[in-house]
Amino acid sequence: MTAPTIDAASVKILNRVDLTKRLVARLAREEAVIAGIGNTNFDLYAAGHRAQNFYMLGSMGLACPIALGVALAQPERGVIVLEGDGSILMGLSCLTTIGMVAPPNLTIIIMDNGSYQITGKQPTATATTADIVAIARAAGIRNSHWARDESHFDALISRPFDREGPALLAAKIDAQPGTGQTVRDPPLIRHRFMRGLGTGRRSPLDE
Amino acid sequence: MSWADPFISALKANDVRLVTYVPDNVLTPLISAAAGDNYFISVGATREDEAVGTLAGAYMGGLRGVAMMQTSGFALIANALASLIVPYRIPALILVSERGTLGEFNIGQVTVSRTMRPVLDSIAIEHHTLTEEKTLPFILDKSIKQAFTTQNPVVFILSPLLTGGNPLAAAKLT
Repeated sequence: MTAPTIDAASVKILNRVDLTKRLVARLAREEAVIAGIGNTNFDLYAAGHRAQNFYMLGSMGLACPIALGVALAQPERGVIVLEGDGSILMGLSCLTTIGMVAPPNLTIIIMDNGSYQITGKQPTATATTADIVAIARAAGIRNSHWARDESHFDALISRPFDREGPALLAAKIDAQPGTGQTVRDPPLIRHRFMRGLGTGRRSPLDE
Repeated sequence: MSWADPFISALKANDVRLVTYVPDNVLTPLISAAAGDNYFISVGATREDEAVGTLAGAYMGGLRGVAMMQTSGFALIANALASLIVPYRIPALILVSERGTLGEFNIGQVTVSRTMRPVLDSIAIEHHTLTEEKTLPFILDKSIKQAFTTQNPVVFILSPLLTGGNPLAAAKLT
């Protein structure tokens, strides 16, 4: 499906916390959600922890490749990745890989505030010249869209996450900082995520 | 029979089905063997750190994988190893085709290859340099099992002693 192109400059400025809550409220089938470094994962946590959430604490730019791996491993499960503009710009090459591999159960959501907000609000290329949706389409993810406003975002996430992908949805967002704080314990995060996906180890320690 | 055959056997014996890679001449027999075998899911990554990230996600989803690359590509993955694989304790299997030694013609490859073992040692990642077919099955099978049992990564370095090195090198050496 290829919708008419929406000009990035014409869309309403939305709010990451609000969009993340809208997304989480929509998840009914134990979809995996992988959130990138920084505010995307803080706000995913703040929207209410789910057993199928993965919080990335380092490796900036690798949220989409991680999500690709989950999507390949569990083709029946919808997999969603939340990334910021600075992070996706760092790892743009993964969009070409995802376009080529074309996992039908992968949805990428980009929260684009045009800045490296967490390091001092330095502008990214999306603040002036780069268009993530246009880049994604050119990389082979044809099902890529800007969200015009909140109701359009709702419409875009009213899709079957386990098929008809890959898709990329992008929203221009305001400069509000992240609202939560994930526990900084990587093995615990991984272990709980794997439990949520049904792949975690069980042992007598769980009794 | 090439070194690639025992490698494929060790992957299959340990239920490792995802093969993700950035291409390399020396690795071609392994990449081709995996691509032509329905047992494997092959993903050609654009960058080596992508391959490592995909392997990490796949492991968490229940699919074991190996990431394959050349020494110069290894130099791109220090952050993925130090801030994803090691802290999250992902049993990543990484295969590096070693250039930069034993008949290298490109000074850039020589210099970058010197960074590999110090990086691995500095973050305490186990690594084995594979030099002969005789010990290959033992090293691979035991190390892969150890990685998944202990939830720690392991890096296999494919020495030119085993592979013969880059087939294009001989003509370029004087």
